[in-house]
Amino acid sequence: MNTLFWVLLSTALINNVVLSQFLGLCPFLGVSKQIKTAAGMGAAVICVITLSSALTWLLYSFVLVPLGLAYLQTIVFILVIAALVQLVEMVLKRYSEGLYRALGVYLPLITTNCAVLGAALTNVQNEYGFLTAVVSGFGTALGFTVAIVIMAGVRERIADNDVPQAFQGMPIVLVTAGLMSIAFFGFKSLL
Amino acid sequence: MKTPLERLYNGIIKENPTFVLMLGMCPTLAVTTAAVNGLGMGLSTMVVLALSNLMISLLRRIIPDSVRMPAYIVIVASFVTVVQLLMQAFVGSLYDTLGIYIPLIVVNCIILGRAESYASKNPPIASLFDGIGMGLGFTGALTILGALRELIGNGTVFGLRLIPADFTVPIFVLAPGAFFVLAALTALQNKLKAPSATNRKDKKSCTACGGCTACQGGEEDDR
Repeated sequence: MNTLFWVLLSTALINNVVLSQFLGLCPFLGVSKQIKTAAGMGAAVICVITLSSALTWLLYSFVLVPLGLAYLQTIVFILVIAALVQLVEMVLKRYSEGLYRALGVYLPLITTNCAVLGAALTNVQNEYGFLTAVVSGFGTALGFTVAIVIMAGVRERIADNDVPQAFQGMPIVLVTAGLMSIAFFGFKSLL
Repeated sequence: MKTPLERLYNGIIKENPTFVLMLGMCPTLAVTTAAVNGLGMGLSTMVVLALSNLMISLLRRIIPDSVRMPAYIVIVASFVTVVQLLMQAFVGSLYDTLGIYIPLIVVNCIILGRAESYASKNPPIASLFDGIGMGLGFTGALTILGALRELIGNGTVFGLRLIPADFTVPIFVLAPGAFFVLAALTALQNKLKAPSATNRKDKKSCTACGGCTACQGGEEDDR
């Protein structure tokens, strides 16, 4: 139980997926204009990464390894993720109209979110057990959500400020991300 | 318009994937801690990009429109696996440094973006050179970023010491440095009014890569 807690803490804060691993930067920079949309994206990512971590772990351990096909992991994982995203979208559409309307637009964007594939590959590389893999996937997604929501909050403030001409748009967002990344270094002393 | 040379020029200068289109940010920031890593990552991406462009262009009349995305992903993932196994066998140390970012070439938006916007509509030779041009542009950008970060953070370029070790700013080889260097370069680009994803008006090439930074422009205007 204790180790699982540390895995969660380490993937969510200490090795934050966006700010120290640089995975999932595209949505982090692209969909972080408003807190509401950022939170929606975060929720969709938590949903998909937790499910895909479990599914890819099962596939890898019970299908690919016994058949000696471990080298096919990249192809299999990306297809599983793409299919899973489609499935989640269809299930949501069928059973939860409200949730679908809230998360629907973000779901197709998630297939190309490298944090999803990154989390699945990290689980395999570190040879995690099933429970650890799922917790680590959940933690990664949680870290993504924390980062993107904070970023959106900061950007909502920045929008009202007088930013130097050359730094308007992308550059100021990147500077913000850099400063956040320094702040997240602080969590390293938790270990 | 479709000569190989024009394609190379387009990829390296006119539509440079990093500085102009702002695609494929994850590997750009993650692996550029040293010039040689940037170069290695750029070249591996270029190989995958050129080969997948060629293959997709050859198959462009065979792949049905409705399943083209999964088909492209399978093609790209196959080439990535080939490159990954080759690198593991022949350049082990670089493979260890780049680690998880090699398999992640699959989700690099440059590759799917070029497949969708160029290779699926153009003949094989032009597509091959489009891939090589884009790949070279990407490699160049990554090497420049890597060299800058290595110079400021570590005092060396390609392992050659230019600044004494006492005068370096180590944070530039750590995560925040990546954001700062890219921010400075993009700001410089804005200052010089160079065309880029952040300041140009037309926003096509947005379709394939969903949540990518290229769509920044589109979202920007929605407010």
